[in-house]
Amino acid sequence: MQLLINIVVLASIYALIACGYVLIYRVSRVLNLAHGELMMFGAYLVLACSSLFAGHPVMALCAAVILSLVTGALVYIFLMRKMTGEMVLAAILTTVALGILVRGVVVLVWSSQQQYPAQALGISNPTFTLPGDGHISLWSLVLVLTNLAAYGALFGFLRFGRWGMRMRAAGQNPLLAAQRGINLHGVYALAWSLSTLTGALAGILMALDSGVTGSMPVIALKAFPAALVGGLDSLGGALIGALIVAGAEVLLIYYVDPLLSDVVPFLVLVAMLFVRPWGLFGTREELDRV
Amino acid sequence: MFRPTPRASGYFRTDYAQDLALLQTRAERIGLAALVAILVTLPFVATPFLLDLACQVFLASIGALSLMLLTGYAGQISLGHAGLIAAGAFTTGILTREIHAPFWVTLPASALTGVVLGLVFGLPSLRLRGLYLAVSTLALHFIVIYLGGEYETKRGFSTGILIEKPSLGGFKLTDGRAWYFVLLIFAAATLLICINLLRSRSGRAWRAIHARETVAEALGISISGYKLLAFVISSAMTSVAGCLFAYYRGFVSIEAFDLFLSIQYVAMIIIGGMGSLLGALLGAAFVTVFPYAIEALLKLLPNVQKLAGDIFAVNYASFGVVMILFLILEPLGLVGIWRRLQNYFLLWPFKYKPLAGTRK
Repeated sequence: MQLLINIVVLASIYALIACGYVLIYRVSRVLNLAHGELMMFGAYLVLACSSLFAGHPVMALCAAVILSLVTGALVYIFLMRKMTGEMVLAAILTTVALGILVRGVVVLVWSSQQQYPAQALGISNPTFTLPGDGHISLWSLVLVLTNLAAYGALFGFLRFGRWGMRMRAAGQNPLLAAQRGINLHGVYALAWSLSTLTGALAGILMALDSGVTGSMPVIALKAFPAALVGGLDSLGGALIGALIVAGAEVLLIYYVDPLLSDVVPFLVLVAMLFVRPWGLFGTREELDRV
Repeated sequence: MFRPTPRASGYFRTDYAQDLALLQTRAERIGLAALVAILVTLPFVATPFLLDLACQVFLASIGALSLMLLTGYAGQISLGHAGLIAAGAFTTGILTREIHAPFWVTLPASALTGVVLGLVFGLPSLRLRGLYLAVSTLALHFIVIYLGGEYETKRGFSTGILIEKPSLGGFKLTDGRAWYFVLLIFAAATLLICINLLRSRSGRAWRAIHARETVAEALGISISGYKLLAFVISSAMTSVAGCLFAYYRGFVSIEAFDLFLSIQYVAMIIIGGMGSLLGALLGAAFVTVFPYAIEALLKLLPNVQKLAGDIFAVNYASFGVVMILFLILEPLGLVGIWRRLQNYFLLWPFKYKPLAGTRK
């Protein structure tokens, strides 16, 4: 039972992070390797807001979430906008550079020690016992629920929302979309801010559960295989990919070797790349040259 | 082509030997002689710190040149370069530790490891392109690092492996100056190998694959063969760099080969300028010297004590900024700046090229 809970919690973490990769990739064909750093930034924003809104945990959390939404848009407007239409490698490397920058700034501002936003906000983290002798902490539970809510909202938005439809159009054929009067920069900026928002949600909830350190982006890197296994441009695929990767990771750690934790997702990734490079539910595509 | 036409006027090549010569004009010969003279006298005037810096630049140059061969010319993105360096370093470490192998065993052994890993890293390139290839090399990087870490913990070297300095006969390579020359020779040899590879059949094949795979295949180039060749050669050279790194440091630990190192190597070829060997050298020098330059700059600031603990973070942040600036403002890299300068003086007092298409 505990194994099952662990898998579900880890899968939710991966899925919530992976949908950030998918959103940006699906709309603009850019792989955002700074996602982990932006996620960590979101978690640190909670720390900043908790001192700003001392005594109002809900307000602080809301402020952090809104700030992360704005951060995503700003990243696009000031940085990635210039890389629109550039080579794939250049765009990816820009995100890598952004990640390095954010990591440096975060350590400069908040130091690299482990910190606990939950304490700063004055919220406790009780553990529940589920039937079947499994334990789950409050914030892990919230994370699972948030994940489901986020996926539900994103599905609805992309399917029925006006801007969601525009985002799908821009992803399918940017040139035609632009000629039909869709504001491509607006769509891209929206994708970036939504992606940062979901990433930051994951970061914030993880930080509330177990604190935040400078090594948080590693988790996002491990979530990337989840996105790829499911197919980089498929939102539903990311959910299933996350389940596969998390399942493999938890089971292998439990039965084989705890040290495997850092490589399992990548082993799954390599296996997937050999069998079906475009993922379980992704569209098959011809990729650009360097 | 990898080198511009000779700039001296009235220079005509009259036989194939002249066409094949690496140095064609007197100016080039004088320039090279001056460079060699500077490089040879440098260790006798430099401080130990500068000497160490130069050695690091040479080591980085070997890695950057081999990555440039793979990414800049053959067009195969690799984000797992640090994994290959780690493989070379660990081959050396394990061999010296377990069977006390001398360096003339470990060096070829590292190269062999590189060849095998090059095949492994290269296999995905037969099916994957662009982004997906980059991701697969990234994954392989983590797997190599995991294997290295596993070895460290299983054998009880969790803090790292100590390696004795290489010795031949009675001579032991410990002196900084001796190291300088050894590394200089290795870097120069790598450069020479790269130049000659690129102007031979394989180099032309790589460029064709880079430009357009379908056309290259129609021309009769074996795509898979040359892609694998690029990976094998590049990773063999990288592993040799890793072996030298292990001996130079006298210490191998898996923490030294994190993802940041891979990114640094990619940054070298981006900052230096894609598709240019000179760019790889410039980029290697830039990225290696950069953290020291930042540190020196910080010391000039008044509030040193406050920032001293965060020097690592300042390095990170400024490195990110520099990389972003290069990607956005100067995609051609340092080589682009260098060529513009050259053109400026070549054309002076005119501003524009007299004929379109003579030189970019």
